[in-house]
Amino acid sequence: MYNTEILVIGGGPAGLKASLSAAEKGALVTLVERDGHLGGQLVKQTHMFFGSKAQYASERGFNIATKLGGQVAAHPRINVLKNATALGYYEDGVVSLEVEKRFETISFRAMIMATGAQENTLLFPNCELPGIYGAGAVQTLMNVHGVVPGRRVAMVGAGNIGVIVSYQLLQAGVQVPAIIEALPEIGAYHVHASKVRRMGVPIYTSHTVLTAHGRERVEKITYAQIDQNRQPLPGTERELEVDVLCIAVGLTPLTEILFQAGCRMDYIPELGGHVPLRSDTFETSVPGIFIAGDAGGIEEASAAMVEGSIAGLCAAAKLGYGLDAYPGALAAARRELDALRNGPAGKHIRSGLEKLAAPGEVKG
Amino acid sequence: MLSRSGVPTKKQLEAVKPAPERLAQGPVVIVECFQEIPCDPCYTSCKSGCFLPFEDINDLPRMDLDQCNGCGTCIGACPGLAIFMVDETYSETEALVTIPWEFRPLPVEGSEVTGLDREGKALIPVTVRKVRPSARKNGAYLLTLVVPKEYAFEVRSIKN
Amino acid sequence: MRIYNHPLLEFKKGEAITFQFDGETIEGYRGEPIAAALHAAGVRTLSHSRSYNRPRGFWCAIGNCSSCNMRVNGVPNVRTCVEPLQEGMIVETQTGRGELDV
Repeated sequence: MYNTEILVIGGGPAGLKASLSAAEKGALVTLVERDGHLGGQLVKQTHMFFGSKAQYASERGFNIATKLGGQVAAHPRINVLKNATALGYYEDGVVSLEVEKRFETISFRAMIMATGAQENTLLFPNCELPGIYGAGAVQTLMNVHGVVPGRRVAMVGAGNIGVIVSYQLLQAGVQVPAIIEALPEIGAYHVHASKVRRMGVPIYTSHTVLTAHGRERVEKITYAQIDQNRQPLPGTERELEVDVLCIAVGLTPLTEILFQAGCRMDYIPELGGHVPLRSDTFETSVPGIFIAGDAGGIEEASAAMVEGSIAGLCAAAKLGYGLDAYPGALAAARRELDALRNGPAGKHIRSGLEKLAAPGEVKG
Repeated sequence: MLSRSGVPTKKQLEAVKPAPERLAQGPVVIVECFQEIPCDPCYTSCKSGCFLPFEDINDLPRMDLDQCNGCGTCIGACPGLAIFMVDETYSETEALVTIPWEFRPLPVEGSEVTGLDREGKALIPVTVRKVRPSARKNGAYLLTLVVPKEYAFEVRSIKN
Repeated sequence: MRIYNHPLLEFKKGEAITFQFDGETIEGYRGEPIAAALHAAGVRTLSHSRSYNRPRGFWCAIGNCSSCNMRVNGVPNVRTCVEPLQEGMIVETQTGRGELDV
């Protein structure tokens, strides 16, 4: 059995920052990552990040991953277990793991869940044909494994992921004949959309995919304009030949362990689905279990990094580490997080968070 | 509308177009940033004081274009690739337009390519005057194109 | 097809090796996911569904969804999008749940 003081599950931006933050205060941390390398979704991001210098603005995501991964690997108080999947949570404060295909257990005094999110699917006839992939999957194939996903790839979804992956497809030499978005407006940062528009990629808002066609793999799609009730407008159907259809229709937090641990959860659409109730210190309703990053609500990598720092700080403080600097450090980190969220771009997140009551409060 | 098309409107572009007197002085940045998102590296990267300090990180950038010395550092720092440079003093009939470029193969200096507008439509042939790496040395390049003056505020991309 | 001239990324690959896919010899790199090597070789169909025998490829490519399950060296339900490729592996398409030889 492994023993640690703070168990961090997930080695993406939130988990990396949480580990560093807690370890800096003096806690012993074990970081568990199911992939063979650290970085989570950061390793696939080729674009320069936004935010300010503190959130690595203008640095490419994959370089941030290398930087943070290096800091974590070098830290004497952080033990990293890679190829290690957390399997389950037990009431006696033990988590079971599969580490390099061996069954292990780990006991801890506090835990930070930073497991991120998974891609949503979209249902339409033949939606499961080979060649119809999640946008993250296409990003993984291209940017991690160096494999071309297809020659002609249509994208469903004009949020940040859909538009960013479309741009990455162009960088990999792939044609992108269309981005199809059901909402009347583009959800991505407008500058991301402008980048692909000036490379000739059309964005069709108020449109949706009706059907995919193909025998052994997708060969063609039919798409159409939709009205305010999402019903296709007759006569607007068009066909498009593609060999890959990419689906970027949102993410859902990965929360199984939180449910198993008995955390109070609530369904908040603005945050992507079921998320744990949490206090100002990112502690869930189960004492000692903290949350950070997309697992607590779908947002951005910049916010995930700051949340990770806060959760690490607070988990360490709960165990008695870093108490002197704690109030000041917490206030500063909260200000950083609020600055990221307080503009018009953060409206959705803020309204989702307002709906979440803190543990112990009764929601009216 | 920018939020539906991904393309800035004429009105938005007019608001960031420098005054004719400034354009007559030499290279100057065109900051095509119209959405309030948390982002400020244009300001932190500029060494000549052209970008003014941000009160709130979500603010749109504000510039004192008289301070712009045409160095192009901000073009490579902008995560949205939304900053361009125009030099109308190049010749009587032509301007230099500098755009960020993150694709391969890189165009060859001296070659002719097709200038595209903000919708990716082919406008006119343009000559690639200079190809240089961004100051951040991160794989992005700055392409300086020779563009007929009447297209200097339209050409924002190329087909290599 | 592999990406060779990416503007920003370098792909560090392990040693070039071969493996078997449904009786055919395919080239790949040691350590990359089996499904990535298959995709690079033009293989899109990884399995067939249980009830209607419909072709299946991968979906999430990071081990969440089980769309990519194949039989590898006789073991069924291997998530090929995360399982590292080894020299001489025997990879077979699987129909439905797969069977374990006991």
